[in-house]
Amino acid sequence: MKTARALYGLAAEFTTHEQLLAAARSACAQGYKSMDAYAPFPVEGLPSALGRKRSLVPLVVLIGGIIGGSSGYFMQWYANVVSYPLNIGGRPLNSWPSFIPITFELTVLGAALFAFFGSMAMNKLPQPYHPIFHAPNFERASRRTTRSSTRWRLASFSKASVRAPSRRCRCENAARTFRIARARRRRVPSRYVQSAAL
Amino acid sequence: MSERPEPPYEVSPLGYPARLLAPGETYESVSDKIASIPLARHPPRAWYFGFLIGFSFFMLLLLGVTWLFMKGVGIWGINIPVAWGFAIVNFVWWIGIGHAGTFISAILLLLHQQWRTAINRFSEAMTLFAVACAGLFPLLHLGRPWVFWWILPYPDTMGLWPQFRSPLVWDVFAVSTYFTVSLLFWFLGLMPDLATVRDRATNVWQKKIYGVLALGWRGSAAHWHRQQTAYLMLAGLATPLVLSVHSVVSFDFAVAIVPGWHSTIFPPYFVAGAIYSGFAMVLNIVIPVRKLYGLERLITMRTLNNMANVMLVTGEIVAYGYLIEAFMAWYSGDVFEEYMMKNRAFGPYGFAFWALMLLNVVIPQVLWLRRVRTNLALLFLVALSINVGMWVERFVIVITSLNRDFTPSAWHLFIPTFWDWAILAGTIGMFFMLQFLFMRLLPMISISETRELVAEPEKAER
Repeated sequence: MKTARALYGLAAEFTTHEQLLAAARSACAQGYKSMDAYAPFPVEGLPSALGRKRSLVPLVVLIGGIIGGSSGYFMQWYANVVSYPLNIGGRPLNSWPSFIPITFELTVLGAALFAFFGSMAMNKLPQPYHPIFHAPNFERASRRTTRSSTRWRLASFSKASVRAPSRRCRCENAARTFRIARARRRRVPSRYVQSAAL
Repeated sequence: MSERPEPPYEVSPLGYPARLLAPGETYESVSDKIASIPLARHPPRAWYFGFLIGFSFFMLLLLGVTWLFMKGVGIWGINIPVAWGFAIVNFVWWIGIGHAGTFISAILLLLHQQWRTAINRFSEAMTLFAVACAGLFPLLHLGRPWVFWWILPYPDTMGLWPQFRSPLVWDVFAVSTYFTVSLLFWFLGLMPDLATVRDRATNVWQKKIYGVLALGWRGSAAHWHRQQTAYLMLAGLATPLVLSVHSVVSFDFAVAIVPGWHSTIFPPYFVAGAIYSGFAMVLNIVIPVRKLYGLERLITMRTLNNMANVMLVTGEIVAYGYLIEAFMAWYSGDVFEEYMMKNRAFGPYGFAFWALMLLNVVIPQVLWLRRVRTNLALLFLVALSINVGMWVERFVIVITSLNRDFTPSAWHLFIPTFWDWAILAGTIGMFFMLQFLFMRLLPMISISETRELVAEPEKAER
């Protein structure tokens, strides 16, 4: 590895998700803050092992639902009471029971749109490139290795580990450890769609 | 392909199929098996065959729609009083089929039914395609489909608004919300699998295309955390949504005063019928597909058996609905209701009513037998019978109620024309064409969820 490439973080690779979970817990206990783990499916307890707090997604969904529902009702009220009052069978102009179905549908629509786009935005996706893609074995598919390709990785991006690249990168039970370099160029590499060996 | 015998399966102490995944599956084998299908250079020969049939019927649909646009809805058999002909029958049928997808992906997720894993991606795709087929019919039935956007609320120069007190306008909101939410839900679950396919792709174009579609998913724990929360939230939202959509569809009928439609049992009875026909459609697709792609180890007999059980339960609810309809016709003492029931069973469309009873009530009772539920050919035939039966049900509800309502001088028979049948067959072709494209291009079983089953076998066998 050329020294010209700045260090982005350190990572360790494990063979089972239990090992990853244990390593995440101990790293968190040692005070590592800026950490992330990479797993091929959601591992129960991993977010809390990494010290992550409750997700904000439910709040965003609630806000979306309230916006959707209230604007849905407002739309019907405005159309039928203010903009174009129309007497249908002598019912009151603001006949709220018949406005409920659309209000409900738009509540769900607002909440769902906020859930999807909110979680995507918080995840900063789409993001075609990330330095973790530099980790070895990411192009497994093209190499046709016979070993199991299911990998569990724990990466630390904390400033301390990045500032002291000479420090030995060690982790108990890890199958291997490696450094994650920044991209050589500022530009996203032409092979921008890298694989993450999920 | 079909010569391959069905692998033997383990049974529980009570004799039911026991396993969700065949023994010995690993993360690797699961991912390889599912991801290799979209990455394969050539699909199996049967795929071309199925796709071409679907495609030709899709061409028939385009022909029918073109003729419709040129001539107007008069090419159909509809007239007064039967102004709602096949278009509404097909609309309700397709929407119903779509509902099983949401039921499987959302309601069974909230109920922690792990067996949904094998079929949820499939049925979600089915939902999208079925709703696309359904959505065509109200538009085609408009008469002037080129101004369809008049049903949407927008501040137009005429100063008019849609009539928000009408169930037909509720339908617009319900169906479009349903499609949007189903699409978001489907894609949110699909993203990690697209990343898996991207990582396995060796061809540079496949890598690029799946890479763009995967949006840079890298399996980060933080991402999984939010994705899973959002997924659960969407499931929680989709659950009341799916119930509301078919209830709103049933309001189209129940709010009208036509005898045979004006009934409070319609919403629950329609929802049960929707899930009934949707599960039947999933079985009709899954049984040949698992054979074709050799997915017997992932879509095991236990899943099929459970689906048959759901069909049995919803089938009994639907049968109860038929019974109550007949009972209320008598109990109400209303002469029009009473006559409607007599006309339905013994009038000019009596054959349809008895076909419905046979296909939807009598034949599905064989599902009580475990031997039928675990016999692929019989299960397929029963599912087919239910699919046809549910179509006939909507035919009976729409046509027999309308053709003889209040004044005998206004009675008129509805006779479907060639174009009625062509457009129905055309949407079936479009549905299968899209389904075949989906199977070819995208991972048809959720890879990440199947891996979870591998990681936690005890959870899977619960």
